[in-house]
Amino acid sequence: MELLRYILRRMLLSAFVVVGVTFLVFVVAQVVPSDPAALYAGPRPTAEQIEKARQELNLDAPLQARFATFATAMASGDFGISYKSRRLIAEDLRAYLPATLELAVFSTGLALLIGIPLGVVAAAHQGRWADRLGSFGSIAAVAMPTFFLAMILQLVFAQWLGILPLSGRLSREIAISAPLQMITGFNLIDAILAGRFDVFGDALAHLILPALTLASYPAGVAMRLTRSAMIEILERRHIVAARALGLSEPRILFGHALPNAMGPALTVIGLSFAYALTGAVLVEIIFAWPGLGRYVSEAILAKDFPVIAAVTMVVTICYVVMNLLIDIAQALVDPRVALS
Amino acid sequence: MPLLEIKNLSVSIPTPDGDVHAVRAVSLDIERGEIHGVIGESGCGKTMTGMAALGLVPKGARIQADRFHFDGEDLRENAVRLRGRRIGLISQDPAAALNPVLSIASQMDDVIRAHRDMPRRARRAEAAGLLAATGLPDPERVLRSYPHQLSGGMQQRVVIAQALATGADFLIADEPTTALDVSVGAQVLALLRKLVAERGLTVLMITHDMDVIAEACDRATVLYAGRSIETGPVDDVLQRPGHPYTRALLAALPDAAPHAARLSAIEGSIPAPRSTIAGCAFAPRCPQAMPVCAAEPPPERGNDGRRWLCHLPEGTR
Ligand SMILES: Nc1ncnc2c1ncn2[C@@H]1O[C@H](COP(=O)(O)OP(=O)(O)O)[C@@H](O)[C@H]1O
Ligand code: SF4
Ligand SMILES: [Mg+2]
Repeated sequence: MELLRYILRRMLLSAFVVVGVTFLVFVVAQVVPSDPAALYAGPRPTAEQIEKARQELNLDAPLQARFATFATAMASGDFGISYKSRRLIAEDLRAYLPATLELAVFSTGLALLIGIPLGVVAAAHQGRWADRLGSFGSIAAVAMPTFFLAMILQLVFAQWLGILPLSGRLSREIAISAPLQMITGFNLIDAILAGRFDVFGDALAHLILPALTLASYPAGVAMRLTRSAMIEILERRHIVAARALGLSEPRILFGHALPNAMGPALTVIGLSFAYALTGAVLVEIIFAWPGLGRYVSEAILAKDFPVIAAVTMVVTICYVVMNLLIDIAQALVDPRVALS
Repeated sequence: MPLLEIKNLSVSIPTPDGDVHAVRAVSLDIERGEIHGVIGESGCGKTMTGMAALGLVPKGARIQADRFHFDGEDLRENAVRLRGRRIGLISQDPAAALNPVLSIASQMDDVIRAHRDMPRRARRAEAAGLLAATGLPDPERVLRSYPHQLSGGMQQRVVIAQALATGADFLIADEPTTALDVSVGAQVLALLRKLVAERGLTVLMITHDMDVIAEACDRATVLYAGRSIETGPVDDVLQRPGHPYTRALLAALPDAAPHAARLSAIEGSIPAPRSTIAGCAFAPRCPQAMPVCAAEPPPERGNDGRRWLCHLPEGTR
């Protein structure tokens, strides 16, 4: 009951955030110093062409009416057409969003899988060499510039060892000769659904290096946060009590202390996911990953506002949904959360 | 042979400001089947004495003793192996002693699984049985609960059930009633007495409350500034106290005085835990102090099971 009320409250809050961002995007579109009609009308437009574009885009209608149109369009998933390419934005998103989401989810999972256990081990060995080594590693992981790490990984795994592909999302042979039918847009899932395990392996191999690159920073943060949370928790009375009950040390660390540290660890998921969603631009360019980052960076250079607005909305919604899931997970892990 | 034999135990904790002498010289003999009370003001080393027996002293702490044995085994080497098998802990604040994010079922199950090889369903039944043995009326409902959904008295019963689940026959109860209402605390004491009688347990009962000694204990030891200064059967200690500090404790006990005020009703305060003490630690506060008291360690008075440390000749009041 408490849990249900808590979830409803969180959902309401999420809805407010989405509406707020919609409003913000619209306002920004009004104040950006560029004329959408001129952009829409094509290269070197005449005054007549601009006027026609202005009418087509409904730019002369009153502000409230235009916000209403904008908001309804956003809500129905109709993001309009790109000023630049004249393509339907929704169609572009259908191709690019899954690529970015796949990378973001995979790298976030990787970051947690690496960062949390290392944080636990470091806390258990506080002050000793394992802890020092872990601290050094986490600082290096956080401080390492993305492009530099990407370069090293490409050099080692693609160039020298030759065990992983340099870039792209699928091998050219597969993409051309036996393309995967798009169902969810996530290559890993589509490959399983189609029973194509060769494609699954190929997609996974392409995913590893960009995901590792993206995971480095959040893994370092996850490790630091888990370590400090664990150190505080390991001092608590119920841990002393668990020792007095003769429980084994691994059981105490992972079964009793870690669940108490899941709060901070789950917070990292949100952080990590947001970072992967928006911070992926550079990584997507380096690894020729056909995702939102590349798409939106081109739109920004072209002042293609509908595209920027659409990507902003989509990223916001992804982030809000992710946070909602995290909040719910947090309440499930710690039943006291729903009470506060 | 006593179950727990402690002679001249000291526990020092190194800190940046010098060593804290948490326990200076505690001697304690606890016989099988008794509830042995340990009483003293806050900070006199009660908890640290218990923690030393569990091998749970702070990092870097030094434990020294002439004898520190449980059932013939040296606790300095075997405490970690014995705790949770033969020695259990019931701590002051049950709300803090239970893991807030795990259900009672999973916390009970963890303990049972650590000590006994049983299939899952048998463990569940065992957990319910142990909870019932501590007087919890609806064990199944308690198993489904989280700690914050239980009252303090219920939480303390769960903690006791966990200690029983380990199979321990010696329990260290560190102020088990302090965090509870008076009536609930009395129920918990009655429960411990019943378990001792039924299951042949032995209990070290730490408290700062003379009522707990009078109500629940067979023998008692009084601690002052990390030293055991008087020990004996409860009736003797309460009715014919030998040490001036024990007498002061009892004198500060008008039934009307509020709980917290009782022990602090003696004028002055305990020596700083970092100080070195040459003679009797109680000398600065003792109404009968003599010049020799501050200079030389007091001799042992009394006989066999009835001893105290004081320069005053026996029979002087
Ligand atoms: N971890 C610690 N570090 C330093 N001093 C401590 C620590 N734990 C306890 N002490 C000190 O040791 C003394 C005895 O503490 P304790 O055994 O908890 O007393 P009691 O249980 O009788 O109130 C106190 O002076 C206390 O401040
Ligand atoms: S030794 Fe002296 S100071 Fe200590 S209790 Fe006895 S009379 Fe008092
Ligand atoms: Mg204490």
